[in-house]
Amino acid sequence: MNDFREGPRKVEIAFTVNGEPRKVCAYPMERLLDVLRLELGLTGAKEGCGEGECGSCSVLMNGGLVNSCLVPVLQAADSEIVTIEGLADGETLHVLQQAFLEYGGAQCGICTPGMILAAAHLLQRNHEPTIEEIREGLSGNLCRCTGYSQIVEAVAEAARRGLEQHHDETGATA
Amino acid sequence: MNPDRVVGKSVPRKEGRDKVTGRSQYVDDMVLPDMIFGATVRSQIPRGRIKKITFGPGVAWDEFVVVSAKDIPGKNCIALIGEDQPCLASDFVNHPEEPILLLAHPDRHILPKAVAAVSIEYDPLPAIFTMEESERRSQIIWGEDNIFKTFLIEKGDLAGVFENADFIVEGEYSTGAQEQLYIENNGMIAAFDAAQGITVWGSLQCPYYIHKALMALCNLPAEKVRVVQMETGGAFGGKEEYPSMIAAHATLLAIKAGRPVKIIYDRLEDMVATTKRHPSRTRHRTAVSRDGKILGGEIDFTIDGGAYATLSSVVLSRGIIHAAGPYYWPSVRIRAKAVATSAPPHGAFRGFGAPQSLFAMERHMDRIAQAVGLSPVEIRRRNFLQPGQQTTTQQVIREPIDLVKLLDRGLEASGYHAKKNTFAKQNQLGMHKKGMGIAAFLHGAGFTGSGERYLSSVVGVEGCADGSVRVLVSSTEFGQGTKTVLSQIAAEALGLPYDSVSMAQPDTLEVPNSGPTVASRTVMVVGKLVQSAALGIAQTLISSGLLRTGYSADEFRVASQKHVAQHGQFRCWSRYEPPTGIFWDDQAYRGEAYAAFAWAVYIAEVTVDLTTYSVSVDDFVALQEVGKVLHPLLARGQIIGGIAQGIGFSLYEKVVWQNGRMQNGQMTNYIMPTSSDLPPIRVLFEELGNVHGAYGAKGIGELPMDGPAPAILNAVEDALGVGFDSVPLLPEDIMENPDKRGLAESAGATSTERSR
Repeated sequence: MNDFREGPRKVEIAFTVNGEPRKVCAYPMERLLDVLRLELGLTGAKEGCGEGECGSCSVLMNGGLVNSCLVPVLQAADSEIVTIEGLADGETLHVLQQAFLEYGGAQCGICTPGMILAAAHLLQRNHEPTIEEIREGLSGNLCRCTGYSQIVEAVAEAARRGLEQHHDETGATA
Repeated sequence: MNPDRVVGKSVPRKEGRDKVTGRSQYVDDMVLPDMIFGATVRSQIPRGRIKKITFGPGVAWDEFVVVSAKDIPGKNCIALIGEDQPCLASDFVNHPEEPILLLAHPDRHILPKAVAAVSIEYDPLPAIFTMEESERRSQIIWGEDNIFKTFLIEKGDLAGVFENADFIVEGEYSTGAQEQLYIENNGMIAAFDAAQGITVWGSLQCPYYIHKALMALCNLPAEKVRVVQMETGGAFGGKEEYPSMIAAHATLLAIKAGRPVKIIYDRLEDMVATTKRHPSRTRHRTAVSRDGKILGGEIDFTIDGGAYATLSSVVLSRGIIHAAGPYYWPSVRIRAKAVATSAPPHGAFRGFGAPQSLFAMERHMDRIAQAVGLSPVEIRRRNFLQPGQQTTTQQVIREPIDLVKLLDRGLEASGYHAKKNTFAKQNQLGMHKKGMGIAAFLHGAGFTGSGERYLSSVVGVEGCADGSVRVLVSSTEFGQGTKTVLSQIAAEALGLPYDSVSMAQPDTLEVPNSGPTVASRTVMVVGKLVQSAALGIAQTLISSGLLRTGYSADEFRVASQKHVAQHGQFRCWSRYEPPTGIFWDDQAYRGEAYAAFAWAVYIAEVTVDLTTYSVSVDDFVALQEVGKVLHPLLARGQIIGGIAQGIGFSLYEKVVWQNGRMQNGQMTNYIMPTSSDLPPIRVLFEELGNVHGAYGAKGIGELPMDGPAPAILNAVEDALGVGFDSVPLLPEDIMENPDKRGLAESAGATSTERSR
């Protein structure tokens, strides 16, 4: 676990986090999760298992969904990172956050940040996922409270609202 | 319904916004100035005497704070029901992973290496790893006979019952350990200050359990111990008792270090060292008449408590009371016992003994049905408890429950009869066998027997200076919606909008002891007290002339503000009073076991794939009577979540033991269901109400854990024609069953023939 300090010395690593350029001084093999939580104070990403199984540390890196407990921070150099803290627009919740709230997608809340980012990743690639596709798409993120149904319903609703919004916007520009 | 009512509506979860934005503060998100990190050195053998402890080379030990049992200012125990479990082993260890030493250092990354560098020499002692070994007493590892607790329930007269029975049906059923697997691992921060005493912040269910444990450990008065619950990332019973141990460890380190200390377990430590569901074994011997009526029976229920008593006696109590299911027994003798083994103590997990004994009962009902030649539906119909009848503890059922109606509604919703017919035909061919299974069950809400009387819970409601209302309870939120539903109840009682009520953070400095957040008691018992304390606020304002009856929300706000301005802090308290006419005899284990029961019928549809031997649940109908549903969205979420854990208990989650230690303490090898493993779960409610609960509510949290395992295993038997009596049921268990192999081969042969 502490191997990273027996390797190369600390280096300066620059990346973009939630739209803002950030620089950290870190051991190259430190976990991105620790850098986000401890150096940058972004504690929305959680450690559930430390081995990439539970997905509660999920963040978006260059648009892809990663388990930040498995990513050495060096690998994140020059990347664009989005964490749960970057999803809402000020006090206006992201459509997924709002749907999770309304549909009971969050119970204890510990898997919620990772789950919402996994759902955002899914909806980026697939605007109209079927229930099966949602269940498959979220299967890398474990939730012990909900039994997933209300999460799946929240994501389906967010997809519907997202499409509506998209149609409204394209309708408005047309 | 009155459109202004708050209960019965799915209002937004109080802390929901913080949870979906990642702003919620869990214990590992909290940082105190000057804080250092703690770790635990644990026993690597199951049982023995500690001979020598060596601090190995390669570690700058002078940088570490080291705590042993010698550093404990008070009593070396985790005070709970008994005091047999040490905080730190001093001379002997009684299970693998028992804490021996504590280390703290400013750099958390150095700790694993330091823990590994401590070597402990032992004189090993013989250990025992199964209930049967414990019963044989080849070694005495606890007390005089390895028995933590026994109970006996007797009703009616069994003399002659077996002799006169048309059928005697026997069976033995077992359930395995199950890990709670909350996604947030256990964690605690402690700080010590000579003037103020100890403060701990943590992931926990029961602030006052920790409060009690720390007072005894540190020999401190109540006011010098403060326990604060942080947002808690799942618990399910797993954070009922073990957090007292972690709080104790963090406290000892903080006292010695003179700095705040944070202990966060990683997944492996959390899984191998902390509590799990008690493994169980149940034997049934039942006398049945030709027409399928239960005449009487003997039930023998045994649970494995691990190395220390902890909560085993209470788990056993709930297990024995639920062991006879929702059926009428003219006579019965139920013996229950919790035995010691050399494993980490087993503890609370949603259901608390009932999922174990109800699994046996509901599998056994299908066995009785087969013996008599009746269907699983008909055997249940003929034996259901009816209002006016007595349970095994001779509690008269006063609720107007109609279990036959509940069953019929469940059968209809699941399409039971039509599907069963279709499957019977389809199953004659091919490698996919489908089946339907039923479980009917009950779950008592609140503490058992005189438990609530002993707890004597207190809640407070405060009229705040700004005119809003605040609820003061030690009841904790860890996903169920405690804050939301208790706020609804206070708002409803006062006739105020939901948003005008807030919840105090559970902090023993601030909130009274409303009891532990366990036993499906929060909404029913604590909720009722919140209701009455809230009414006290309104009555005080009215009787002091500040408020008229039939007030508006604005008038309330102004009146409450005036009251605070005139008299200072404005709080009303309400203490639990046992309902009149309730009788419980703790010696005879007889009387009103619970103020109310929730009732349910669950129906599972499964497919067994004879190529892979895997079982999938294709449909699940959950019908329950839980009194009035105060928050439909949260209630449904509780039921679905409990069923998901029940499906895990049935088909996925196997703790692999070796010499008392869990071998698969990772999420990669202890498998819980993912979103793609679970079926749509259809949740239906009957709402009869309940005079003992706030606005007619009963307990709901544990109920859904009880039904899935028997419903699923009954469905597997329906699919295969061969039954299994142990959970978890894994593909290898089906594959290794000789009857099953024959079936697979014949099915294979059939399909080969057909393709030719």
